[in-house]
Amino acid sequence: MSRQVPVLSVVIAVLGAAFFIVPLIATFNFSLRMKRGELSFEAYRSVFESDVFVSVLSFSAVASMLAILVGIVIVVPTAYWVRLRVPRMRPVVEFLSLMPLIIPPVVLVFGYVRIYGTGSFLPMTMTDTGTNTLLVIGYVVLSIPYMYRAVDNGMASIDIATLTEAAESLGASRLRTIAFVIFPNIRSAIVSGAFLTFSISLGEFVITSLLNRPGFGPYLVQMGQDYAYQPAALAIMAFAFTWTCMVLMEVFANLKPGQRLLRQRTSTSVEKALP
Amino acid sequence: MSFLTLTDITKVFGTTTVVRDFDLTVEAGEFISFLGPSGCGKTTVLRMIAGFEKPTSGTIRVGGADVTALPASRRKIGMVFQAYALFPNMSVRENVAFGLKIAGMSGREIASRVDEMLDLIALGHLADRYPYQLSGGQQQRVALARALAPRPNLLLLDEPLSALDAQIRTSLRDDIRRIQRELGITTVFVTHDQEEALSVSDRVVVMHAGRADQIGTPSEIYNRPTTRFVADFVGQLNTFTAKQVGPQSLHFAGVDVGGLDLSSVAANSAVTVALRPEAMSLNRRPTDTQSLPGRVLQSSFLGSVIRAQVNVAGTPVSIDMFNRAGVTVPAQGAQTEVWFAHDDLVILPESAT
Repeated sequence: MSRQVPVLSVVIAVLGAAFFIVPLIATFNFSLRMKRGELSFEAYRSVFESDVFVSVLSFSAVASMLAILVGIVIVVPTAYWVRLRVPRMRPVVEFLSLMPLIIPPVVLVFGYVRIYGTGSFLPMTMTDTGTNTLLVIGYVVLSIPYMYRAVDNGMASIDIATLTEAAESLGASRLRTIAFVIFPNIRSAIVSGAFLTFSISLGEFVITSLLNRPGFGPYLVQMGQDYAYQPAALAIMAFAFTWTCMVLMEVFANLKPGQRLLRQRTSTSVEKALP
Repeated sequence: MSFLTLTDITKVFGTTTVVRDFDLTVEAGEFISFLGPSGCGKTTVLRMIAGFEKPTSGTIRVGGADVTALPASRRKIGMVFQAYALFPNMSVRENVAFGLKIAGMSGREIASRVDEMLDLIALGHLADRYPYQLSGGQQQRVALARALAPRPNLLLLDEPLSALDAQIRTSLRDDIRRIQRELGITTVFVTHDQEEALSVSDRVVVMHAGRADQIGTPSEIYNRPTTRFVADFVGQLNTFTAKQVGPQSLHFAGVDVGGLDLSSVAANSAVTVALRPEAMSLNRRPTDTQSLPGRVLQSSFLGSVIRAQVNVAGTPVSIDMFNRAGVTVPAQGAQTEVWFAHDDLVILPESAT
């Protein structure tokens, strides 16, 4: 008997795909129609021409980068230490790392404003630098569930305890062990976590808006209220950006040691080995 | 003057004592093995020498200096692990160079030392490979080179052959011994495989329940086990319960055997006597001095060896004979004599548990 085409499954799959793809196509199509009667990238051009766009995007990018750095500095040693010294505490730490998913960002930011607002013992919201610091801390908190998971999975894939002992028996201090042995071996996991952090914080709205920072998220919302075509263009660009992040994550996750992103550089690995 | 001294080492994890009253002195350049079943504490002792565990009490001295409180990174030890533990992000060359870089050697010195080490393990042609591109045996050789490169005081091997298949295990075992002799480095080798321990070591420490049961040369351990555990664990053994019937004679398997050294046996206590399968023969050999009557239960021809199961006074006894001229495969059910030499009889007093 020849295999029957599972009609119902195909129909459901097509409907499901259409549910995601049709609005995207429609948005893309709409974003090309800024000039009446022709398809053009006029909306994209006008977005890029805007000074505000460039300034909010760079503000958010810098804040996200800082959040990534702070996140790595907090998460990597913590995950390492938990796995090495107190493995019994792992479920607890894992649960704690999930808290930001449970507590809504709006609660988090109101907490910040109350604790660090005017009249508090540490009035951080009084200065720009203080508020920016709070913003970065907020981004770090939001990204910790993803960062911790990525790094912890990366550590699970190598035998941390034995590698640490091997490095120590060769005379390496704990700091050198982390820097030269542990860190490079979970680099792809860290990069994955970094891309996730970046895509979360770049378009973040709640914290950015309530701290009144000139970030990309509030700008997107503002544009949506004021214009027709540009928000569509921005939405498409945001999608493209997120997908690029996903692809890069995949590439880095599958990279083997000694393998370079570009093949032509393989000849340099020999020279690099000789210090 | 001994090079490595362990004095009165005890290690307690929670409520369990895994190592107790452990004393050992190792001479410089000696190859010593810790042999025992899993959970006997052999790896824990090794890890205490390495500095990965702190003894609950006792002291460890290397080259005269007390290192008990020193962290692993400052003990100048080379360690090889069962799981290889090569750094996956580094090439073979970088792995071997790691300890030298940490020690702050210059680039040129490192390069020449790394080449020297790779020659020693005959893997120079794989210097730019990464660990995932190597076989298990190759990885373990790189691990050995990496451990030896910074010229450590001590080489510690933690079941380095257990993850490898049989053929590679034997060849790497011989390589390890050859390199150890060449460098004259004091080495501690942990294994649960008696053949491994007996074949490469200067001395063997047989461990049991956290204690060193017997310390001796491989032939002492095999031929003159002093405790029942050592006798059982190392090699195959046929045992008989015996009764003392005179100052120098024992009664077992239905006969009186005289002319024995019974100084270790307390008067009128129970005694176990034991014989290795290869110490017995169904044909009298020039050195044989005593025989026991028996009946052949089963026999098999294994090429170089003929193996027979013989019922001696109700005890099934396993006998291995070399296949040479005049030795025939015994017929099943045949009456026979089991020959052995007095010297091969292992006497285990009841107290030696």
